[in-house]
Amino acid sequence: MDRELEEEIESHITMATEENIRNGMTPEEARRKAMVKFGGVEQAKEKQRESRGLPWLDTVLQDLRFTMRSLWRDRGFAAISILILALGIGANVVVFSVVNTLLLRPLPFYQPDRLVWIAPPDAKGLSDATYSVDAYEDLRSMNRSYADVTGYFAFSTPDNEKLMGRGLPQPVTNMMVAGNFFHVLGVDAAMGRLFTEDESRKGGPAAVLLSHPFWEKQFGGDPSIVGKAINLSNKPVTVVGVLSESFDFGAAFSPGSKVDIFTPVMMDDIRYSGNTLTFIGRLKPGVTVPQARAEAKTLFPQFYWGKRYPDSKGSYKDRAYPVLLKEYISGKLRRSLIVLWCAVGLILLIVCVNLSNLLLARAAARSKEFAVRSALGAGKGRLIRQLMTESMVLAGAGAVLGVGIAYALLMYLAHQGSIALPLLSSVRLDWMTLVWTLAITVSTAVLFGLLPGIRASRANVQEALKDGGHGSTEGRKHETMRTALVISEVALACVLLIGAGLLLRSFLKVLDVDLGFQPATSAAVKLDYDEDMKIEKRNAVFADLSRRVGALPGVEAVGLSDNLPLERNRGWGGPRVKGRNYKPGEVPGAFVYIVAPGYFKAMGMRLRGRDFAWSDDDKSEGVVVLNETAARGLWPGEDAVGKMAVIGKKDVRVIGVIADVHSTGVEDQPGWQMYLPMMNSEWGPDGAYLVVKTRLPPAELATSVMRTLREVNPNQPSAEFRPLQRIVDHATSPRQFFVLLVGTFAGLGLLLASLGIYGVISYSVTRRTQEIGIRMALGASPEQVQWSVIKNTLRMASVGMAAGAVLSVGVAQLIASLLFGTTPTDPPTYTAMLLLLVGVALLAGYLPARRASRINPMVALRNE
Amino acid sequence: MRDAKLDLLQGTLDLMVLQTLAAMGEMHGYGLARRIEQVSGDEVLLNQGTIYAALVRLQQQGWIEAEWGASENNRRAKFYSITKRGRKQLAEDTAYWRRLAGVMGRVLAMGEEGAEP
Repeated sequence: MDRELEEEIESHITMATEENIRNGMTPEEARRKAMVKFGGVEQAKEKQRESRGLPWLDTVLQDLRFTMRSLWRDRGFAAISILILALGIGANVVVFSVVNTLLLRPLPFYQPDRLVWIAPPDAKGLSDATYSVDAYEDLRSMNRSYADVTGYFAFSTPDNEKLMGRGLPQPVTNMMVAGNFFHVLGVDAAMGRLFTEDESRKGGPAAVLLSHPFWEKQFGGDPSIVGKAINLSNKPVTVVGVLSESFDFGAAFSPGSKVDIFTPVMMDDIRYSGNTLTFIGRLKPGVTVPQARAEAKTLFPQFYWGKRYPDSKGSYKDRAYPVLLKEYISGKLRRSLIVLWCAVGLILLIVCVNLSNLLLARAAARSKEFAVRSALGAGKGRLIRQLMTESMVLAGAGAVLGVGIAYALLMYLAHQGSIALPLLSSVRLDWMTLVWTLAITVSTAVLFGLLPGIRASRANVQEALKDGGHGSTEGRKHETMRTALVISEVALACVLLIGAGLLLRSFLKVLDVDLGFQPATSAAVKLDYDEDMKIEKRNAVFADLSRRVGALPGVEAVGLSDNLPLERNRGWGGPRVKGRNYKPGEVPGAFVYIVAPGYFKAMGMRLRGRDFAWSDDDKSEGVVVLNETAARGLWPGEDAVGKMAVIGKKDVRVIGVIADVHSTGVEDQPGWQMYLPMMNSEWGPDGAYLVVKTRLPPAELATSVMRTLREVNPNQPSAEFRPLQRIVDHATSPRQFFVLLVGTFAGLGLLLASLGIYGVISYSVTRRTQEIGIRMALGASPEQVQWSVIKNTLRMASVGMAAGAVLSVGVAQLIASLLFGTTPTDPPTYTAMLLLLVGVALLAGYLPARRASRINPMVALRNE
Repeated sequence: MRDAKLDLLQGTLDLMVLQTLAAMGEMHGYGLARRIEQVSGDEVLLNQGTIYAALVRLQQQGWIEAEWGASENNRRAKFYSITKRGRKQLAEDTAYWRRLAGVMGRVLAMGEEGAEP
């Protein structure tokens, strides 16, 4: 290119020289004159090169420079706009990250879309979703859909092992998994190796895998622990490996809890413990989920609950329905997350409307500037491009700030281990989120920039150049448009508010649910005891323990139980009325709790009849306490107390009936529950919690209780003395989190809408200064003026609210499945939110109204 | 006016080039510069070299196209001609200039007659 230019210039100068020679100059003078005429050669080359450079880049840079100058001059406006944009975009980024992690991103396993979760289609709670060892082995050998099937022991409790030999015994949480668990999932060991077949057999070498965080915390990240033995509950076990850092069992399978170590399930040990294993299968290549389902329909009826009982064949008929693992883990959340996504999208929409309004106002103030530029030759396209550059710059700055805010929020969220949402700990800002951010930033900029841009470029040049000012027709059209925008803002904010209100009401109703016990006054600690102790000795130890703890100051009642409500639960075949014959499947399964005397009182449960006594042991009659639902189910219309029932093969007398307790979830219906005494060897407990009723804060009692426990059992590890309220809070934490988010968005929307109202009313007052001045000069009082402005505000707000209320009814129907105890048209919620909106609108209109009433007619009339 | 000759704004030089090409047909850079000088009666202050920047701009907009050829004296030179789009642009710009000139003329005439109420 440059060479061509050189040639051209040379040719030019030569021709000029020749002409000069023809006109009579000497060759030297001719050339000199030609060069002078031409001007600086280098300059010309420079200029040409400059012009050559990508012209669009030039104009873009020009636009950018102009935009920066213009925004810097209007710093206040720019700052507010960027802040509003940052909030809107930031909120969207956070929600998208959460949605991405929980719904869209594949699980952190090898080829996770080949993994399925096999459980009965209507399973409520984990204990429903389990199968026996015999069924597991049969499935593994007889199936044709899966490359392999694995599972884990669903009845592990937290702190179920003790790490000893390193100072005080440390409680550790062990998860028993099938030997092939990590192989099937495709999880690697960061160090060492996974379990071998030998280690998964009873009698084989004892092996344990450490989770990465536990390895770092307990062993200081020391790689030499691999291959060494550690003392686990008085048994030497070899550490064969440490799992990779990215694997978090709790995040996927039991949100809100953490697992420290893994050991292989000894199948023979639990073969006759009932349904204890969950099933996870890896589909063979080419096999689809429907195919696996079809196979399950024919295969599972052939499995035995226990091969020892030949007539237990067929107990799994219709109780296996494979679903994608991802679907099982986060499927339940899909609805809530989509609602959240829509809510935050609404916020962004409100932000756009707000910003559009602000830009319109700004454009009106700059109408002269645009008129002049238009007159000087700027095409409409150029003006629009200039304004779009402005909105892009604003949106870009807002996005950068918003991403910063979002990052901080996401880091905070990822460390909230107490919220029981799956995969939450792996929430982070990844490239996909950034792409999404870019997309919404650009769309936002276009959305809010286009309208003012078009309006500004269409402005009447003559009108604007006239010195007299605002141009009343122009101003009125502007105001109508701005009012329309604010009305839509109010409507959207109304939808958000009502939605949040309904969800809040549901949450409050959930908190109000009668749990059947009183968590506020109870605390529990995991008890360590020697499982091999003979039962009479154990009963004596427990009775002694109860007495000692009960004697502590501040303790009102003491009891023991193997499981606590809302945590792990166990289900057995339900009780039956003695003497009646039942068809198979007629009696539903019941949740079972093995308890000691004093438990009901310690939990604040309401009991009719009598509590267990320490004398209800092997030597006396078998007894049981049922809950209302079970009692009603077995003896409808009669009093169950005193009647005889059969559990398994044992006769028991019903000695008491308690009010229903929520065992699986606060929002679920309680099923059948039965309580059996620990003192009877038939129902040996599987772990025990000491429960204490106290009005003191549990932290104050912790030391004295632990000391008492150690007095009786020096091996008691330092376990946590937990207030039961925490368990309840944990169970309601997802809903609480959700309400908090939507509530925040609603608040944000309300703020933006009120700002919008303020802006428009303020603008209208400014525009009408003359008119108001005239009215006041003609006798209108300041109060009347104030009132008319407020009337205007209310009129605008009520149109928005009406539209919003209608929209809300529709939207509420869509989220009906997320509500609890609240109808989608719940009148108190609607009324409260509408009143709130009216109040806020009044507040927003108040300041301009006061300003209007303060207008000095003389000043207003003089000022043109 | 300070200077005897008028400084040219960027856009107006482009317009002059387009008009010249439309009227005279194909020309090379030197010819264009000379022609503009002549027609403007030497009232235009033009560094002849600046025309090359204008020519490149017009080329990029697609309003003129260029071809190497031989000049009258058999010199190698780049010849420029106006395109159809260029003619359209020329017509628009001309109309606009005429309008603006008319408005300015009226405004300035107003000032000479004395201020109006």
